[in-house]
Amino acid sequence: MDTLNLLLDGFASAFTLQNLMYASIGVLLGTFVGVLPGIGPAMALALLLPVTYGLDVTQALIMFAGIYYGGMYGGSTTSILLNTPGESASVMTAIEGNKMAKKGRAAQALATAAIGSFIAGTIGTLLVAFFTPTLATWAVEIGAPSYFAIMLLSMVLVSSVLGASKLRGFIALAMGLTIGLVGLDLSTAQARLTGGYLGLADGVDIVVVAVGVFAIGEALWTAAHLRRKPIDVIPVGRPFMGREDWRRSWGPWLRGTALGFPFGALPAGGAETPTFLSYITERKLAARRGGADEFGEGAIEGVAGPEAANNASAAGMFVPLLALGLPVTATASILLAAMTKYGVVPGPTLMTDQPDLIWTLLASLLIGNALLLVINLPLAPLWAKLLQIPRPQLYAGILFFACLGAYSVGRNSFDLLLLLLFGGLGFAIRRFGIPVLPLILGVILGPLMELKMREALDLSNGEVSGLFNEPLAIFVYVLIVLAIVVPVLIARFRPSAVPDPHNVEVS
Amino acid sequence: MNDQKTLESPTIDRAQFGLAAVLAVVGIYTIVDARGLNVGFGDPIGPRVFPYIIGTAMIVLAVLLAIATARGDVPQAEEGEDVDLTTPPDWLTVGKLVAILVLNLLFVNVVGWAITGALLFAGCAWALGSRTLFRDLVVGVVLSVASWYFFYSGLGVPLDPGILDGIL
Repeated sequence: MDTLNLLLDGFASAFTLQNLMYASIGVLLGTFVGVLPGIGPAMALALLLPVTYGLDVTQALIMFAGIYYGGMYGGSTTSILLNTPGESASVMTAIEGNKMAKKGRAAQALATAAIGSFIAGTIGTLLVAFFTPTLATWAVEIGAPSYFAIMLLSMVLVSSVLGASKLRGFIALAMGLTIGLVGLDLSTAQARLTGGYLGLADGVDIVVVAVGVFAIGEALWTAAHLRRKPIDVIPVGRPFMGREDWRRSWGPWLRGTALGFPFGALPAGGAETPTFLSYITERKLAARRGGADEFGEGAIEGVAGPEAANNASAAGMFVPLLALGLPVTATASILLAAMTKYGVVPGPTLMTDQPDLIWTLLASLLIGNALLLVINLPLAPLWAKLLQIPRPQLYAGILFFACLGAYSVGRNSFDLLLLLLFGGLGFAIRRFGIPVLPLILGVILGPLMELKMREALDLSNGEVSGLFNEPLAIFVYVLIVLAIVVPVLIARFRPSAVPDPHNVEVS
Repeated sequence: MNDQKTLESPTIDRAQFGLAAVLAVVGIYTIVDARGLNVGFGDPIGPRVFPYIIGTAMIVLAVLLAIATARGDVPQAEEGEDVDLTTPPDWLTVGKLVAILVLNLLFVNVVGWAITGALLFAGCAWALGSRTLFRDLVVGVVLSVASWYFFYSGLGVPLDPGILDGIL
């Protein structure tokens, strides 16, 4: 078992007392930041990136893994204890989770979410470890034309499948690609879109973009619409589950994992679809058993399934990230950006260039996942208290740490100006309902995409056919056309029962 | 059909026309900027093509957005835990926050993060409606001094000490 040995090697380099400490700090910090309302896992990672600057690659990755899972868990805690989920992936968890909490079963809801996340995360990470090497050896063979096509597919899917409005998805993508253009051209070193300003020659740091759009944008947006009446936070004791809860939870955990992982691994990204599907599945199964009455009033299956699906899809996203160097979620984009800071080059050779690093990361993910359960179950009452931080201080704190993060990147005030500008952009996209993910993907994938396009066209001496001269590339282009055409055809031939206001711009 | 649509939903989000205009300007600027680039001898593609594509796409999207807006398309503004979309936006608070952020970026290299960071925290809390100014200042000082030391000794990243050079 080659994979197993490599994974054990990964454990060997991850399993030192010092590294375990970094993993624990990561889990604690990640959960702390993730629990705070308004902060999702992607923003938690972006805000906490500076904390890892002084560390070496391995330690930094271990801490990222902890922060990542901590942030995810923190998000589900928030959505169970407050009835307003912070991110799209927790919407389904919030439906039943909050009902359970209101009926005094918050402890069980948190427990099934935590244990389900642990099981899904562990199975998911193991699947990543077994799939990725095979995919990676195959991925090295992928030529520039096909790689270009795959990136295009990922962008089209993320922009058009997710979110309510395709038009706004593509606007977000174009914004991101434009931001990605800023800086010196990679092969001729000529400045593009810098306005002649030298400070922009290196391009815009993705940390500044992410922190600006996520944190500053969110804080300003919330400030403009701050809910003046206090929200009810449901107090919670130490999470635990009775025998009956276990019996009802294990099925949804496994089904959720099975649904979540493939969706996470597809270039469409996101946990919205699998969490939704998991919820629907559990509801139907409960109806068949004659227990549907409880759905809508706090059924534990409705928390266990979607939470597992959420975490399994979060693990699945590592397959394209590690095998192809292709991020498909905002979180993956920030992880990739963090890795590039340590000299890791994104792309299909990631796995072959840095095998030790990748195996350490996978081992760290498993460790982080286990630590999450050990550390966070007893700490849940404490995390619940965090939700009661007065809002002015909470958002002042977010702004403080966002500025600190951006300032520490280069220690100059120009980064703070950029941060503020991207904060303004973040505000605008929230106002106009433009999704964040395509924007972030555009920033990080744009330069890579241009590189591959020019590589392919250089070989063909500028002939456009250079983009189509591989069978795989043609296959991917067919997929892209299908992804665009099929939904339009379905909408045309089957008039939907619910009039969808967003079809206006498609037709 | 077009007319009917506008009759049915007379609410047109005029701000979206502004967004479309900004997008179009950005697209045009991207193309104009790319025209100034040199394509090297023997380089079949050069640095111009990609910006041309993106700039063109941006202009097309801007036009589509303007058309959709005219047809009565309204955005779904983002919701969140602490967001109450039923009230009109509170521009005064946003303005105060932006002003504080601008002051911070102007003075951070002069007086140092330990001072501006503390004022940033207390100022933002005040702008957002906190009335415990003294407590906020204490919390801000603790946060900014602690973060300065954390970066200095914990991470080996010395932030600018500013006028507190030698004291910290």
